[in-house]
Amino acid sequence: MATTRRMILLGGLGAAGALVVGYALWPSGRIARANRLAAKPGEQFINNWIKIAQDDTVTVVVPHCDMGTGIFTALPQMAAEELDADWSKVRVEAAPSDPDFANGPLAEGFILGEQKMTGERIPAFLRGIVANSFRTVAGFMDLQVTGGSSAVRATGVYGMRVAGAAAREMLVKAAAARWNVDTNACATKNNRVFHTASGKSFGYGELVAEAAQYSPSGNPKLKPKSEYTLVGKPIPRVDIPKKVNGATEYGLDVSLPGMAYAAIRISPVFGGKLRAVSIGDAMKRRGVMKVVQLDDAVVAVADRFWRARDAVASLNPAFDDGGNGAVTSASITGRRIAALKSGDLKSDVSLGSGADALSQGRLVEATYQVPYLAHAPMEPMNATALYKDGALEVWSGTQDGLGARAFCAKTAGLSMDKVTYHLLPMGGGFGRRLPGYFNFLDYAVRTAMAMPGTPVKLVFTREQDMQHDYYRPNVRSTFRAALDAKGMPVAWANDYTTDDKANPEAHIVYGIANQSIRAVQVPTHIPTGPWRSVEASWHGFFIESFVDELAHAAKMDPVGYRLALLKNSPRHWSVVKTAADAASWSTPLPAGRARGIAMFECFQTIVAHVVEITLTPDGNLAVDRIVSAVDCGYAVNPDGLKAQIEGGIIYGLTAALNGEITIDKGAVVQANFPDYEMVRMAQCPEIEIHIVESDAPLGGAGEPGTPPVAPALANAIFAASGIRIRDLPVRNTSLAVSQAKAANL
Amino acid sequence: MPIQLTVNGVSHQLDVEPDAPLLWVIRDELGLTGTKFGCGIAQCGACTVHVNGQAQRSCVTPVSSVEGAQITTIEGLGAGGLTPVQQAWIDHQVPQCGYCQSGMIMAVSALLKTNPQPTDEDLANAITNICRCGTYPRIRAAVRALAKA
Repeated sequence: MATTRRMILLGGLGAAGALVVGYALWPSGRIARANRLAAKPGEQFINNWIKIAQDDTVTVVVPHCDMGTGIFTALPQMAAEELDADWSKVRVEAAPSDPDFANGPLAEGFILGEQKMTGERIPAFLRGIVANSFRTVAGFMDLQVTGGSSAVRATGVYGMRVAGAAAREMLVKAAAARWNVDTNACATKNNRVFHTASGKSFGYGELVAEAAQYSPSGNPKLKPKSEYTLVGKPIPRVDIPKKVNGATEYGLDVSLPGMAYAAIRISPVFGGKLRAVSIGDAMKRRGVMKVVQLDDAVVAVADRFWRARDAVASLNPAFDDGGNGAVTSASITGRRIAALKSGDLKSDVSLGSGADALSQGRLVEATYQVPYLAHAPMEPMNATALYKDGALEVWSGTQDGLGARAFCAKTAGLSMDKVTYHLLPMGGGFGRRLPGYFNFLDYAVRTAMAMPGTPVKLVFTREQDMQHDYYRPNVRSTFRAALDAKGMPVAWANDYTTDDKANPEAHIVYGIANQSIRAVQVPTHIPTGPWRSVEASWHGFFIESFVDELAHAAKMDPVGYRLALLKNSPRHWSVVKTAADAASWSTPLPAGRARGIAMFECFQTIVAHVVEITLTPDGNLAVDRIVSAVDCGYAVNPDGLKAQIEGGIIYGLTAALNGEITIDKGAVVQANFPDYEMVRMAQCPEIEIHIVESDAPLGGAGEPGTPPVAPALANAIFAASGIRIRDLPVRNTSLAVSQAKAANL
Repeated sequence: MPIQLTVNGVSHQLDVEPDAPLLWVIRDELGLTGTKFGCGIAQCGACTVHVNGQAQRSCVTPVSSVEGAQITTIEGLGAGGLTPVQQAWIDHQVPQCGYCQSGMIMAVSALLKTNPQPTDEDLANAITNICRCGTYPRIRAAVRALAKA
């Protein structure tokens, strides 16, 4: 089982035995072009990701975008560590959206880990690239994606460390040549190369022009952990000072001379087309410049956003329903139920005697379902585009600058060299802004092309953002298990629905001899996409709820039950144990309070949460505290890791308690925060995070905190009330308990 | 009839509709983009500014209703150097994507003016802004530290 997971997950490379091999760094000839593209006066590229200025300042060029996960600090930390750089002289910038700055280390991560890339094996967070085919699978080498919790474990491990170490070797060579000594006679510290015997030294800035003449090694010597001085430290985030005074410029904040603003109304039913629109008096409204009709939307363009917004609201567009006008949440669930009973289930895992072994013990069964979810990042989708003289210029925050540029080129029917893309920080991503989910770019480019010469900023209202997302899928999953005389599972059978492929995250880490895991594809017209933690967001809830049900069926403690099943998975065992001990699992809580536990591994990081709740007899639920243990191998920036786990917890808690997108007449019902409610300060529990170190390859941080939240919460609710939450969100179930029942718990 | 608006101590005469939302006037007319758009219906607080020192959600504030008032945005709050709230946000490494933080900082700054030592409950009742990155635990830690200071 572990092998299957590793083969598919990005970071299993180290675990699979590969040496740490750096992504082939540029030959020195490419540097001239990079200098033209992205070096300021006095700066010089030494290799792909590192520039050095005459004043010794080191700038790390990051092939990612900033969506708040801290990678603009963690990645430079990794490069600077190997470069022996003085952190006070380290700067960071986003790489240009140019093929020379494609994230080779990320692509390399896949290729090293997988002999052959096929559609089946592409991780879920990247499937949109292939599905939308604006790049081929081979084009994966042109990635600049920020997603899949991959920045540190792929870009950092295979790119930044290697680039830093290779740059250091090149600088040492240049200094040794000047002194006419062996490179072994040199040492580096704080942006200088020293000749150890004489104490003479050169600053990196003095050496960089000569150093850049050497070919960088793809396999330079890397520091052992014991010599780290930057990596492993909670270095403050470099992006934060500009985020406390309003100075960070997000996509929404772009300002251009003569810029117009656009507001949109997209066909409420996915797949519907615009049939007609009565423009009426819209053109007479103040500031309105144009009404643009697109195939599935109508756009009003005005000199100010609120005028565009009011103008588009005044229109009376007629959309058809693309044949999907009768679809409801209930009809989709009905199809899922039918599919799970059909003969269309395809086997993904078959171990031992599979489902035949269900006859070997006491049968336990349960069915779970999770709803569609919107991403709802705080910054609504937006993009600014200018089409002029046959060229296109676009400004936006996306999770893939190079992919966004390619997408805009395709949309406009232009070659890549006619398209300039400015990648800006994002007010949240969570998967919404990954390639394959660029509807906002599509509409912005097509609107701008209808208004040549005028820069147009298209902004989705919150309502358009919520109703035209690519949703976390609605998934149904049924389980059967057989328990032996001691209550331990001898057979595990799981059938679930999927919108596309079988999900590797349905594979379990627990040691169960006989397993059958099957998937059935139930496509709908609802667009779906990766949502923070992707498949783990649903399988984590299903698996960890069902394991809890098995423990209760066996009348065993849920922590002890898990530990018994994890005897051969020492990292998982240790994470469960750490969380349970830190939460004083074995110490009973006062009446009305209860704990639940769940553990899940995704993106190569293992997280366990213990959720503590208070539940009143009339069903009022409060989440008091979440104690978490996390093993991501090694924390490059421990405070940054904690921030990501905290964020993942709140994201998961919002979804578990409240999150639900429903469908009526083929369209999304929810429109804004009152009907898609968020956890706010008043519902925020105390959070306590314990980092468990291991020698495992580095895992991701952005997503793994999310999946265990919902099952740990549901398990706590069961412990408090005997009510088993099998359908999310929790708020759809009354938690009121009769006094008699409560007394028996 | 132009509308007179005083933002961060600077008076402006603006030719805008009386019902134009203050948020978009601040952003599009005055070019002060630190104040953010999140929901447009006063639910999320990303657009929070101070009107005569009180926190107010500018996305539903008709510009005519604040004519003559003293309006402060995030750009004006720390114009004389970082405020203790902004410094606490750095010390506690609060922001992630940062998009909601202008509104958070404005809302917390207004709270602390009237209640310099808020309890956790005071904070929970007063700060209803939404953060999707989940920075609430750090906001709470920062405010606890400010309350002790």
